[in-house]
Amino acid sequence: MSTKSYQAGVKEYREKYWTPDYVPLDTDLLACFKVTGQSGVPREEVAAAVAAESSTGTWSTVWSELLTDLEYYKGRAYRIEDVPGDSESFYAFVAYPIDLFEEGSIVNVLTSLVGNVFGFKALKHLRLEDIRFPIAYIKTCGGPPAGIQVERDRLNKYGRPMLGATIKPKLGLSAKNYGRAVYECLRGGLDLTKDDENVNSQPFMRWRDRFEFVAEAIRKAEAETGERKGHYLNVTAATPEDMYERAEFAKELGMPIIMHDFLTGGFTANTGLANWCRKNSMLLHIHRAMHAVIDRHPKHGIHFRVLAKCLRLSGGDHLHTGTVVGKLEGDRASTLGFVDQLRESFVPEDRSRGVFFDQDWGSLPGVFAVASGGIHVWHMPALVTIFGDDSVLQFGGGTQGHPWGNAAGAAANRVALEACVKARNQGRELERESRDILTEAARTSPELAMAMETWKEIKFEFETVDKLDVG
Amino acid sequence: MSASNEVGDFKTAQTLETFGFLPKMTQEEIHEQIAYIIANNWTPAIEHEHPSRATDNYWTMWKLPFFGERDLGSVVAELDACHRAYPDHHIRLIGYDNYTQTQGSAFVVIEGRA
Repeated sequence: MSTKSYQAGVKEYREKYWTPDYVPLDTDLLACFKVTGQSGVPREEVAAAVAAESSTGTWSTVWSELLTDLEYYKGRAYRIEDVPGDSESFYAFVAYPIDLFEEGSIVNVLTSLVGNVFGFKALKHLRLEDIRFPIAYIKTCGGPPAGIQVERDRLNKYGRPMLGATIKPKLGLSAKNYGRAVYECLRGGLDLTKDDENVNSQPFMRWRDRFEFVAEAIRKAEAETGERKGHYLNVTAATPEDMYERAEFAKELGMPIIMHDFLTGGFTANTGLANWCRKNSMLLHIHRAMHAVIDRHPKHGIHFRVLAKCLRLSGGDHLHTGTVVGKLEGDRASTLGFVDQLRESFVPEDRSRGVFFDQDWGSLPGVFAVASGGIHVWHMPALVTIFGDDSVLQFGGGTQGHPWGNAAGAAANRVALEACVKARNQGRELERESRDILTEAARTSPELAMAMETWKEIKFEFETVDKLDVG
Repeated sequence: MSASNEVGDFKTAQTLETFGFLPKMTQEEIHEQIAYIIANNWTPAIEHEHPSRATDNYWTMWKLPFFGERDLGSVVAELDACHRAYPDHHIRLIGYDNYTQTQGSAFVVIEGRA
């Protein structure tokens, strides 16, 4: 029996979508938005508008609403908080019932939560700060194809971060010369090398040629060093069909890992590729080109912690997280906050790290955090401290810019890394004793001594643009 | 000035993964790494293998992992005993982490003769 009658017209959003007494369910998907409204509009109305426009609402009442139970399906703004140190904006917390989202579809979640609402006129800015995914939803997602534990076993790397490098110059090398650069890095002591994100299949180097020469480089380096090696073969392509063709060829060559750009490629492509990797015992490295367009503005867009959570659900075994210390933007506490989201099985709310919700990941495998961009041997003690063992530290220029070449550069980094791990295990404080630890290690490694001399003055000290909100 | 006088040549080396690029550890340094495994509540374990089969996933276990072992001296004694029994073999020390279900530490303590 229906108890409501239809009244056409425009109602205030807060009548229906502002529910301060609501207690979120364990199965609800929760979101925290940083909202900056146009002046004169009350906070509750703006928060309710965000909840409405990202769930069931539209600007005008429609008769067909009465054919369903919108009380069940609507999103609810249930809490408003001040943003510390910012009087213009506020945090709006919204709860969405789980049935609003297709199972296992990050695409569907984002289409709702960061869809039309971001262009809404009543808002000056809007930023999605965090999502709490209910464990019931997480169980519908495939997640990382292998995960940290399986990758360690496949690659035989234990008790330390893995060491990588992006091959430079990023564009323009022929396939054979490119494979040479890979071979030199790997024989010198790196575990992994990487295609740069914009290396796809250009006229100067078609993908099939690159894959073949790189495969030879890996096989030769493995035979000569006795260690396991890999190269992230970038299969990002114009169409899913091209992407899968490249992935299949990498598998045919016996390669352990491929790579994808999850934002430019899109979540549909990424989730599909992750499923392919799981079926084909292939590791998946994830690059994040375009992320700064979305996540760098402190008041608008999507915080990277949300993109990182979405990637863990969509699937990937490695994800770039920034370095904190290198050439690219990244606040330390905030970075540690989303690194936890990649690797841990439970992450508690911690506002000092920008974590707005408890997040239970259940049994979803973990993702290696990748630190890459403008780092060199002098950063090694800080990187080992910040990122710990479950990370890939990637030195591109910091390997291949060595005066003696890639192999010597690789060896310098490997010696520095192992010296830091050994010192950490001995109970030494890496960041405080960094100079001593590296200097001691360089006594038996002329490659490291030369690297330390080469990069001793290079620092990237700029203020972070996107800081955590503190009073 | 000729560059050839300046640029060093890097010779590829056979290495055995973690700590393979550091000089051979002293007894004391080995003890410190064992202490690290014990302090993390990991289970120490020893594996050995002939160098010709070093790239295999499975090396031969020396006895069982030392579950609940808190004494550094006993682990050192087991390393010595394993080395006496298999003087030609690589000997690897492992710290099994049963929470992450992986090896928190693993490195070759004694290199065998090929």
